[in-house]
Amino acid sequence: MKFERYEWLAITIMISLFIFVGFIQGWSVSLVILNMCIISAIMTMGVNISWGYAGVINFGVMGFLAMGGLAAVLVSYPPIAESWQAGGRGLGISFALLVILVIAVMYINKTVIQKRNKYILNSLIIFFGILIIRHFYLNATHNIEDVNPAIAGFLGGLGLPIIFSWIVGGLFAAGVAFVIGKVALGLRSDYLAIVTLGISEIVVSVLKHEEWLSRGVKNVIGLKRPVPYEIDLQNADWFINLVTYLNSSKLNNIIDVTDRQQVLNNLIIDGSGIFVKLSYAILFLIVMLIIFYFANKAQLSPWGRMMRAIRDNETAANAMGKDVVKQHLIIFVIGAAIVGVAGAMLVTLDGLFTPSGYRPLRFTFIIWIMVIVGGSGNNLGAIFGGFVIWFSWIEAAPITTFIINQLTIGLEPTNALKLHLLDSVPYFRYLFMGLILLLILRYRPKGIIPEKVRHS
Amino acid sequence: MIDFLNSIIVLLNFIIIPGISYGSQLALGALGVTFVYAILRFANFAHGEIMSFGAMITILFTWFFQSQNIGLGILPTALLALPIGIIATIILCIISDKFVFQYYRYQKSVPVVLAMVSIGVMFVINAIIRIIIGTETIKFSDGQKFIMKAKQFKVMTGLNEGLALKSSQVITILITILLLAFTFWFLQKTKTGKSMRAFSDNEDLALLSGINPDRVVFTTWIIVGVLACVAGTLYGLDKSYKPIIYLNLVLPIFASAIVGGIGSPFGAVVGGYVIAFSEIMVTYAYKKFFVYLLPSFIEPTGLVQLLSTDYKFAVSFSILVIVLLIRPSGIFKGRVL
Repeated sequence: MKFERYEWLAITIMISLFIFVGFIQGWSVSLVILNMCIISAIMTMGVNISWGYAGVINFGVMGFLAMGGLAAVLVSYPPIAESWQAGGRGLGISFALLVILVIAVMYINKTVIQKRNKYILNSLIIFFGILIIRHFYLNATHNIEDVNPAIAGFLGGLGLPIIFSWIVGGLFAAGVAFVIGKVALGLRSDYLAIVTLGISEIVVSVLKHEEWLSRGVKNVIGLKRPVPYEIDLQNADWFINLVTYLNSSKLNNIIDVTDRQQVLNNLIIDGSGIFVKLSYAILFLIVMLIIFYFANKAQLSPWGRMMRAIRDNETAANAMGKDVVKQHLIIFVIGAAIVGVAGAMLVTLDGLFTPSGYRPLRFTFIIWIMVIVGGSGNNLGAIFGGFVIWFSWIEAAPITTFIINQLTIGLEPTNALKLHLLDSVPYFRYLFMGLILLLILRYRPKGIIPEKVRHS
Repeated sequence: MIDFLNSIIVLLNFIIIPGISYGSQLALGALGVTFVYAILRFANFAHGEIMSFGAMITILFTWFFQSQNIGLGILPTALLALPIGIIATIILCIISDKFVFQYYRYQKSVPVVLAMVSIGVMFVINAIIRIIIGTETIKFSDGQKFIMKAKQFKVMTGLNEGLALKSSQVITILITILLLAFTFWFLQKTKTGKSMRAFSDNEDLALLSGINPDRVVFTTWIIVGVLACVAGTLYGLDKSYKPIIYLNLVLPIFASAIVGGIGSPFGAVVGGYVIAFSEIMVTYAYKKFFVYLLPSFIEPTGLVQLLSTDYKFAVSFSILVIVLLIRPSGIFKGRVL
């Protein structure tokens, strides 16, 4: 595909932002921001696919991210045998009972015709079924949570490399999205927004409180990394040689041997941190480019054209024989899956899973601001939005501090107003986000890089 | 007989009274959302923050009055500051309409765009609140805390169970009744109210019959400001004021409005109580209740709790989803004031 001139400009701006930060605040900071930017860009592409391509609103971003995070835990954490022994059977029984319950309800729905009888029968079966399931389930989970609660207290995972979880996370999110989509996609867009927002809250509250599954608010820490650890790097010969080679001119200027060793050690410590972040960045970048490539391909394909047709005129598309309900479901699931991948990557980057950290302001609304600002319907725009918004989210604090200091330069350092303003620096980023969103919606409603109008 | 009375008192103390006061707060909030939805036709995500803003101004003036030693005796000082909070909230609503929402109304934007815009407004108000008052939890109820303490009640009636009645709960219920009565009277009897109803029913027809849309919108924002500020302050008075809690409150409020039938004010009120009661009833442990009511040989051993209190929040949404599945238009068919 070919980029227009303004698109090249956008890409240049993105790259130069990081180089700028690298020189001002150090490369480590720059890479930290870059990593989060890439993950945000992937989330944004996920939302963009359902909203930009087909006009299906998805306010459940937070829930899908959390599902991705759960996948990271379940894939990579080593299994805890005692927990399985303590509660595995009980959980198995309750799960089997649940399946039977669902089948029974479906059977009733099919066979009983009269509506009133159907409701009564269903509610009776669900009520008593849940009572029975609860009995087994509560026992089992209680036992599991009692196993070594300080460090375990949950089932653990599969002990596989965490990189697999990126795919599993996508699948988890897709599964949840399928259920939500089946239930809610018939609703009008603003209802759908509220319902998806609510269901994502339910997903997060389940993860927060079902300790046997995700350790809940006790958090899971120490997930294995897909990239080397700093401490290993610092002892690896090849890495030391690499650092020595890269800095040979600087090192050769130092004559004293102990001094030289000192400088080299510092360089190695700095370098190992940067190397780790760089490897993350490369991994994330690969995923982002793959998704970007396929998202673009899909958009240009006949399927993408059909999606645009459905978005622009649902009735007409329906009249042309397109199955609108099914396509909406498909695209909702695909979008959610991509968000799930990003969720798994987020947990991989942090190395820990904190269910209470999932808040709608940070993980749903900010992502939506990225989509709107970047330009819905344009994948490059989505990436651009993710980069720019995350960048300003992080850099808002230093910039605000600078501005406040400039504005209150005449005041004394102990002035109450100045101190209060400096204390509330972290909150100014919300102000910036809101203002950016409002300004974009007012003056550039199609986003910074708008969707290209295609006449094919 | 005594056991029966005891069990009734348990229900009253832990379910009915908290349910009514929480339900009143939700009902007032949902009514505000409904007004915006029926007249301006979008889901206002900023409503929680508007409530929070009103509560914040009330708190600031409560502090001011307290520092000046002006109070209402046994009543909380916040009631004195409430009118000022209401005025400030109305001003906020009208400013946000003039500078933000009006443009999209004239452009005839689709509701989703307006919902996005309201998210922008939400962020801005959220930031303003945090910058002004921080994120700490603030208790600002003063005056007499209890109308009746559990102990007093026990002594008075000789029952085992106590019935506590917080003054904030009584104030909440009284103000809600007053405000609801006024709102419905306004909608049904006054000319402006009737024009609002006409406008929400059929915009074009209303315009043809000479109703001034700007005036209708202006009145709507005034009502929304009053409702939001009162709801926010009452919630803060009852629980304690915490800026981040209001964002979470938006969801139950939306759930109430939709469950009742979005656009229908009566439905919003009913929806508020439905959501509040189901949240409390599903997560309450009924052990005590059954211990009194049942003979000792079939007494329950567990807590007799349907869901743990952790899921309080999930309950309102499950109800929302169920209602949308069974009766998508809500309990009372909505869209018309």
